[in-house]
Amino acid sequence: MSEIEIESKDLNLWYGTAQALKEITMAVPTKKVTAIIGPSGCGKSTFIRCINRMNDLIKDCRVTGELLFEGMNIYDRDVDVVTLRKKIGMVFQKPNPFPMSIYDNVAYGPRLHGVKEREELDRIVEVSLKAAALWDEVSEIPDRSALGLSGGQQQRLCIARTLAVEPNVVLFDEPCSALDPISTAKIEDLINNLKRDYTIVIVTHNMQQAARVSDYTAFFLLGEIIEFGKTKQIFEMPDKKSTEDYITGRFG
Amino acid sequence: MNRKISEKLIEMLLFASAATAIIIVALILIFLVKEGLPIITKVGIIDFCLGMRWNPIAMVGDPTYGIFPMIVGSFYVAIGSLVLAVPFGIACAVFLAEIAPSWARSLLKHSIELLVGIPSVILGFVGLVLLVPFIKDHLGGWGFSILASSIILAIMALPRIISISDDAIRAVPMDYRDASLALGATHWYTIRKVILPSARSGIVAAVILAMATSIGETMAVLMVAGNVSMLPSPIYDILDPVRPMTSNIALEMSYATGDHACALFATGIVLFIVVAVLNAISHRALKSRMGVER
Amino acid sequence: MSALISPVTADKAAKVVLWASAGIALLILAVILGYIVVQGVHVISLSFLLGSPRLSGAEGGILPAIVGTFWLMVVAMLSSVPIGIGAAIYLAEYAPKSAVTAVISFGVECLAGVPSIVIGLFGYAFLSIYLGFGFSVLSGGLALMFMVLPWIVRVSEESIKTVPNAFREASLALGATKWQTVRRVVIPSAIPGITTGVILGIGKAIGETAVIMFTAGSSLLMPMSLFDPVRALPYHIYILASEGISDPMAYGSSIVLLVMVLAINLAAIAIQRHYGRHYVRN
Ligand SMILES: Nc1ncnc2c1ncn2[C@@H]1O[C@H](COP(=O)(O)OP(=O)(O)OP(=O)(O)O)[C@@H](O)[C@H]1O
Ligand SMILES: [Mg+2]
Repeated sequence: MSEIEIESKDLNLWYGTAQALKEITMAVPTKKVTAIIGPSGCGKSTFIRCINRMNDLIKDCRVTGELLFEGMNIYDRDVDVVTLRKKIGMVFQKPNPFPMSIYDNVAYGPRLHGVKEREELDRIVEVSLKAAALWDEVSEIPDRSALGLSGGQQQRLCIARTLAVEPNVVLFDEPCSALDPISTAKIEDLINNLKRDYTIVIVTHNMQQAARVSDYTAFFLLGEIIEFGKTKQIFEMPDKKSTEDYITGRFG
Repeated sequence: MNRKISEKLIEMLLFASAATAIIIVALILIFLVKEGLPIITKVGIIDFCLGMRWNPIAMVGDPTYGIFPMIVGSFYVAIGSLVLAVPFGIACAVFLAEIAPSWARSLLKHSIELLVGIPSVILGFVGLVLLVPFIKDHLGGWGFSILASSIILAIMALPRIISISDDAIRAVPMDYRDASLALGATHWYTIRKVILPSARSGIVAAVILAMATSIGETMAVLMVAGNVSMLPSPIYDILDPVRPMTSNIALEMSYATGDHACALFATGIVLFIVVAVLNAISHRALKSRMGVER
Repeated sequence: MSALISPVTADKAAKVVLWASAGIALLILAVILGYIVVQGVHVISLSFLLGSPRLSGAEGGILPAIVGTFWLMVVAMLSSVPIGIGAAIYLAEYAPKSAVTAVISFGVECLAGVPSIVIGLFGYAFLSIYLGFGFSVLSGGLALMFMVLPWIVRVSEESIKTVPNAFREASLALGATKWQTVRRVVIPSAIPGITTGVILGIGKAIGETAVIMFTAGSSLLMPMSLFDPVRALPYHIYILASEGISDPMAYGSSIVLLVMVLAINLAAIAIQRHYGRHYVRN
């Protein structure tokens, strides 16, 4: 296995008294695409929301174990969540552009982090939109409301917005589940390109998608990690019976 | 870290804003008590609340501070307004929710919004120039009366009763209505037997809230109540004038001094308590209703 | 249902009564507005609007009262809007669901329920006497602030709560701090609702009399500073009518006050409509 970007060691998570993650141990390799698959409610979202500590927003959510990133436990007391989230971006299931112009959406992050000059912002916006394969469609209309874009365009805008803060890692939580097949194909292509520069973790319900875009795959079941390995291996000769059952559509 | 400190500072600032309301309430209580309590202890709470005579500037003998007629007056005009406004308001709400065609609905809704906007001093003024002479000429008495106050307060209470009742009626599940209509009941029968009973708790809350508001209202009653601080005689004579607590304060505060001013603050304490209790009951009623619906 | 009349007859009768109720409600409104306008319209003139009162207001104009009302609104809004929105932000975004929040919300509810005359009394004792602001624009404006604050907190809180959580998550995931998220995403999205609420708050405060009776004073002179007494328009109407100074002048002043209130309400509606179609700029 190549270099490791994020490592999870015996990670447990409780919502109140209900345990949602049990002893999760896995490693996310640098500049590769890691897919997380598993039936609904198995804790996929919960896990990737741990990685940028979005779970902090949920009351009564408690975490034990280690989640290492850049040699630090993400859950250490002295970790600065804001800096962490700058380095680990997230794209959500439903496209959630801000009710602002396309330009302002992409410039939002850089502005937060102190970029003020117009030329610099222009440059970042252009680079990010190009990286998100949206530039050709919106370069003429940067001042239009982002809410006027199609669902697929909105999702790519959200990706551009995430890329604009120059993260190391991008987390995708079922980024295509609200999109049509053509938009989905575009986003898959995009993810394939992005892995040159970013470490990517993607949650998906779609087996073909996992097989198409990912290098590594983790199979979750009832809050536990059942199997983790090279995608090819997980899909072609899984170790565990339940993995095989899930992949071949026998349950879930 | 700089950022963390500024975030914390902002949070503290926001907290301070949030605490302002409760601080103001506390200050209100403190100042009312500070100004009003001495006279209550001096006169005695019983004699103050149940005393019949309000004579703060006595020419002969000691001044007396009994506000019983005013407490009665406040309740009298408020209940009177409800007697008028509740059936009428519910009728309007049923009209809105159940039978109004859309043009009539939007016309009535807009009119109600307009009515809410009319400042109470203007309602009082219209009462003074239209209602008071009308009552005097056609029903007898002086014109300034419980009846006039109740009518003006009813007009003020109407919009709120209509809108809350309208909401309560609309919250009744469609199934109930359909089930009743499917059994061959007429529309009116359905309204009376199914819809209104289901909406009842919401309407009751609205009514209590309206009562609190009416008791707390100053300008509209001040101009038409007559402001005589005596019980009506006979007690059911709605053509007699009264002086509600709010009017008492408004009328005399501008020239009162010493004990007299204290007695007006004490009137304010009683008014505050009455209104707070009614508000609390109404909130409880509304909350329990929501509890049931969820 | 009574045995004497058939259900169908009762149904018809009831519907007649309901239509009549609605008709009467409209009639009441029409009579109030119509009467004021008919009686007062001949008083309205440029010299009435822009002139100074003479003979205690029996003659002349009402400009000082209009200006007084305006300044009272300015003081009330400048103080209540920032505090009210701040409180709403705290309650909606920061407050953990705790006893503290419950107490704060309770305080807002309580303040909303305090009768306006009691706020007037308190304003007199606290602002005019204790703090020494006297009868002035400042005292009256702050007393009005006590009255509108709960309203502004409530409408702002409601609008903030309607902002979708997805916006907050997106912003936080980009490395925004809580306050950055609130300031750049939440508030801009809630602004239409807040603005509408604030304007309606002005509409409520502008017609208020009992609160300012013994805080703002009753001077008919033009106010020159925050510490000058003023007589707001509604109080002017009250004095004109109740002291029998001049009914025509009271009608004229009422028309002016009604037009102000109406204009304010229409502005609120217009803003709501306008923002409905547009998006927020950063
Ligand atoms: N905020 C929360 N509070 C309490 N329990 C939660 C919360 N969020 C999720 N859960 C529970 O944790 C478990 C894992 O949920 P999670 O959303 O991570 O599943 P998932 O694998 O992403 O499912 P899906 O494929 O449907 O998105 C579920 O049982 C869910 O009910
Ligand atoms: Mg999920």
